[in-house]
Parts: sequence; C-alpha cells; structure tokens
Amino acid sequence: MPEYPNRQFLDFEQPIKVLYEEIEKLKQTAEKSKIDMSDSIQKLQDAIIDKRREITEHLTPWQRVQLSRHPDRPYTLKYIDNIFTDFVELHGDRNVKDDKAMVGGFAQLNGETVMVIGQQKGNNTKMRQLRNFGMANPEGYRKALRLMRLAEKFNKPVITLVDTPGAFPGLEAEERGQGEAIARNIYEMIRLKVPIIVVIIGEGASGGAFGIGVGDRTLMMENTWYTVISPESCSSILWRSWDKKEVAAEQLRLTATDMKGFGLVDEIVNEPLGGAHWSYTEAADILKTFLEKNIKELKSIDPQTRVNNRIEKYGKMGFWEELIVDSTEEQ
Amino acid sequence: MKKESVEDLEVNLTGEEPVSEGGEIKPKWYKRIRKGITTSSTDKRETPEGLWSKCPECNYILTSAELKENLYVCPKCNYHHRIGSEEYYDFLFDGEEYIELFDNIQSKDFLNFTDLKNYQKRLDEIHSKTNLKDSMRIATGKVNGEGIVIACMDFEFIGGSLGSVMGEKFSRAVDYCIENKLPFLVISKSGGARMMESAFSLMQLAKTSGKLSQLSDAKLPFISLLTDPTFGGISASFGMLGDLNIAEPGALIGFAGPRVIKETIKKDLPEGFQRSEFLLEHGFLDFIVDRKKLKDQLSQLIILFRN
Repeated sequence: MPEYPNRQFLDFEQPIKVLYEEIEKLKQTAEKSKIDMSDSIQKLQDAIIDKRREITEHLTPWQRVQLSRHPDRPYTLKYIDNIFTDFVELHGDRNVKDDKAMVGGFAQLNGETVMVIGQQKGNNTKMRQLRNFGMANPEGYRKALRLMRLAEKFNKPVITLVDTPGAFPGLEAEERGQGEAIARNIYEMIRLKVPIIVVIIGEGASGGAFGIGVGDRTLMMENTWYTVISPESCSSILWRSWDKKEVAAEQLRLTATDMKGFGLVDEIVNEPLGGAHWSYTEAADILKTFLEKNIKELKSIDPQTRVNNRIEKYGKMGFWEELIVDSTEEQ
Repeated sequence: MKKESVEDLEVNLTGEEPVSEGGEIKPKWYKRIRKGITTSSTDKRETPEGLWSKCPECNYILTSAELKENLYVCPKCNYHHRIGSEEYYDFLFDGEEYIELFDNIQSKDFLNFTDLKNYQKRLDEIHSKTNLKDSMRIATGKVNGEGIVIACMDFEFIGGSLGSVMGEKFSRAVDYCIENKLPFLVISKSGGARMMESAFSLMQLAKTSGKLSQLSDAKLPFISLLTDPTFGGISASFGMLGDLNIAEPGALIGFAGPRVIKETIKKDLPEGFQRSEFLLEHGFLDFIVDRKKLKDQLSQLIILFRN
C-alpha cells in the first residue's frame, strides 16, 4: 500500500489524514531541533489505529460503497500476487481480442493448481483507461469462460475475484452480444464440474459481476457491495435524481452483512482495520485462509453432487407469497 | 447517418406511468389537449373510449377491433404493438383455450423497499389496476394441436421486470415441461431486473439458468421469443439462452439501455441499433418472425424438433 504522502483519503477518513500531518510535523521538528519525539509520534500512531477502528465501527452502507472503490484498494492482480505463486496469465477469447478489464490464468495455492479469474481496475489514469475501469466487454466474459473450461478439462478449481462497476455499456459491446456473453457464463458456471469459489473483493455490480459470479461458495469481503444496480443508477432511475445514492445504498441492502443475512452469500471475509487498503498483505492473508478452507471442503464432494447442490442453492433464492388454491381447481 | 431515437426504457422499471416522449408506450386514444377550439361542448358527442387506435410509428388510424383482428400489427407499416400475455395467449393457443399455471404465486415486499413509494403499496396498486399478480404468467395448451408451455411477460407490471416471482414461476414451468415432456416458449418483454428486490432479483439469473440446464438434460426444446423491448437481466440470462432465439420485427433488444449507451459513448446511436434486424445481422438471433406467422412457425418447429 502507498506510504503517507502518496496515500489517498476519503471524506470520512480525513481525521486520519490530520493525524498523519501531525506526525509529519513532529518528525520535522524532531529533525530540526534534534529532540526525541518518538513517544509523541507513537501516541499519534496509536490514535490512527483507534481512528481506523472507530471509522470501521460506524460505517454506513454508502461509506462501504466508497471503501469498495477506494483508490488505494487492492485489485485482483494484487491479491493474485499476495495469495498465489507461479501465476501464468493467459490472454484472449480466441475470437475478437484480449480484454484488459478481465484477467486470468493458472496459479498455485499452496502447491495446488487453481484457475484464478477476475476483473482488473487500474491504479492511475493511464492504467484505468487501459483496464476500462474494470468494465469488461463480451470478449472479457468469453475469455473467462474459456479459462473456466480449461480448468474443467484439467480438473482444477476455479476462483473468481469480482470487482466491477458493471459490464461495459458500449456500442461494440452490444454488437458483440454483451447480454449473450453474460448469460452464457452464468449458464455454464452453474453446471461446471469443478469447484467454483467467488469472492467479491470490491464492487459487485449486477450482471457485470454475476458474469463471473456463479459458484459453490460466494464470499464477500467486509467493505464491498453486491447487488443488481449501482446506488447511483438506482437513485437516478427510482428517485429521478442523482442525489439519493446514500438512501439507495441503504434501501438496496447491498452490504456483506445484509447479503449474508439473506443467505445470498456464504461468508464474510474480514478486512484489516479500516479497510483492505491499510494492508495488502494482511487482506490477502485473511482471504487465503478462507480460500484454503473452502477448496478443501468443496473438493471432498463429488462433481455431480456439487453441481446439483449449486443448482439447488440458487433455486431457493427469492421471496414470494403463495396463495392457497382451492383443491377442486386445476393446479 | 440517420440517428436512432432513444427511448428511456428505465423509466418503465419504476412502476409509474411512463411519460412518453417520441415513441409512445401505449397507443393513446384521441383526446383534446389544446383548448384552442371553442365550440360549445354542451351538445358535443363524446367518442367512446377505446374505439380507435393510432399507430405510434406511422399514425395510421383504425378501429380497435380491426387492430385486434390484425393481432395488434399495423396493417400499413407492420409496426408490432406492445401487447400483454392475455393477447398472446388468445391468438397462440387453439380456440383461445389454455390452463394458467402457478397463478397463486405473487410478489411481496420482503426488504421493505421504499423509493418514492413503498414497494408493497406499488404492488397492490398495480395489481388492482391491471389484475396481474406479477410480470410473468405461465400457461399450457395446444398450438395447432401441439402441446406447449408458454411463459409470457407483461410489460404493464413494473416494466416486465424480473424478480423473485418470475424466477420461481419460470422454474416451476420448467419442472412442468419436464414432467409432461413439453416444449417451452418464453415470450420476453422487459426493461430488466426489478430493483425493488435488489440482489434477490440478480440471483434469478442463476436460478433460471439452473432450471434451463435441467430442461436441456431432458432434451426438451426451449424457444426464446424476444419482443419489444427486452433488456438487462433478461438478455443477460434466459432471453439469450434459447435453443432458438427468435424475435418480432423491429423489437429493441439489448443488454444496456440505449439512453445509458448514448450517455457513455457521448454519440448518437446509429439507426436500427439494438433492433431485431441488428441482432440478426450480428448473429444473435436465429430468425425474425412476424406475429401473424408466429403460431404456424411455432408448431412447425415443435414438429421439427420431435420428428
């Protein structure tokens, strides 16, 4: 993660920035006057930890959305670096091109080969453009599917890392069948014979996320969101104003806690105090233990049962009212 | 280059009356808007509501009875009017006879979702206005003597949006097909997923795909008929997963709505963009079928699949 002067702070993280500035001042004074200020600095550093804890304890749904998009937040390749070894990135959908918003390849998790796939965002203006802000085109989803089939052929588990503001809404994306590409992935993922673990590591925006989001287990990191539409778009459509994103975020119940409560995701992966951007290695280490445990559990189930369980799991999702029908009536 | 007029499809997903601009959502009956004419209205003869219909495409005027007779297709320009499940069932099933299935399932507001209105209130209001319980109905009957299950969406019900009820009805319809060895036709007409059901509506994409996987294993045909308009969650799931994907002429079909794309690329959209003919050209449809030929085409396909 970036060190202090290069670190970025969200609006509600500003009190931490103030503490960092005070530390800087003390350091400069200490240097100039040759007085040992390490006690005072230590106190401020403790205060930063306290502040991180305090912020974490009072996060609103909208603030979680903001954290999921934190400019210093680790992206897919960062997790791959810190969790796996021997990653070999594989490119292209074999039809149109290589989509830079979607990455994937074989890697090892504790000496065992897995296929890891995820959307990739960029961490500076140039890279953000190259990665198309993590918004994949149809060829991105088709590349992902190609890699999943490859994993299936060689009986390797699939791990997907989801982090996207949505599938790209462009002219060419429509020409090449964005809807079809996502639909095909969802359909194939529900019947893929190898274990699939899905991790929401940042933004889980609707079909764009779900296009690599169907699996035996879905894990959601603590400061992420996952639902059918972004709070901003939801606000603009349902409230006819862009200003209701906070309310929309609350109404959509898009946090990890909500999603776990509804039974739509299986586990919440805790993050370093204040968010994954405070320590990439710590965030990765925590996630790694979750992955190891789930892969072990899933591998002990035979493939057909695994697929049936998967279909059954999604089959139970939803809520409705069933009226009592007169038994003399047909159906 | 002629540009495509952009309809704001998302507005239908709010569950409010769409305010039409350019392309009209529903054929409107004649109504005096401007009060410029000052003829005495005391002995004015009112035309009964719903007697005449105007084509939103070419302004051709005909009686509602004639329009119905013509399966809600404009005799002049072949514009296919947006119609609901009742109309499709009436002309597709032999003798207008069919059994509706699973109509005892209805939506409820599990999340207590409130935007400008509470979701439950919205559901109750739309139900009392349209008598529909949700945006999809399932029916079984015969098409030219061939047994079939037809799921059909109603755009009137929150823009035909995909929520838990559609997912559940769809699933049971597939089970019914497998039990009775019947082919499955889904007529789509939807703005996308139902926001008021949040992630639950997103999960229906996997739920319905899982059932289609079982239908596929049972070797029963699944035909997806896309009509105007079909967007979002539908095109990103079963809408595009037919053994055959077919569409009515001129229907708007896509993943992202035209307004969103226009705002993203900051350019006008080319004429015909996201129309059925565009999808056929780009390889995503098997063919385009005229509504008047749909019934015969359907029974012919069922026979081809079977024999």
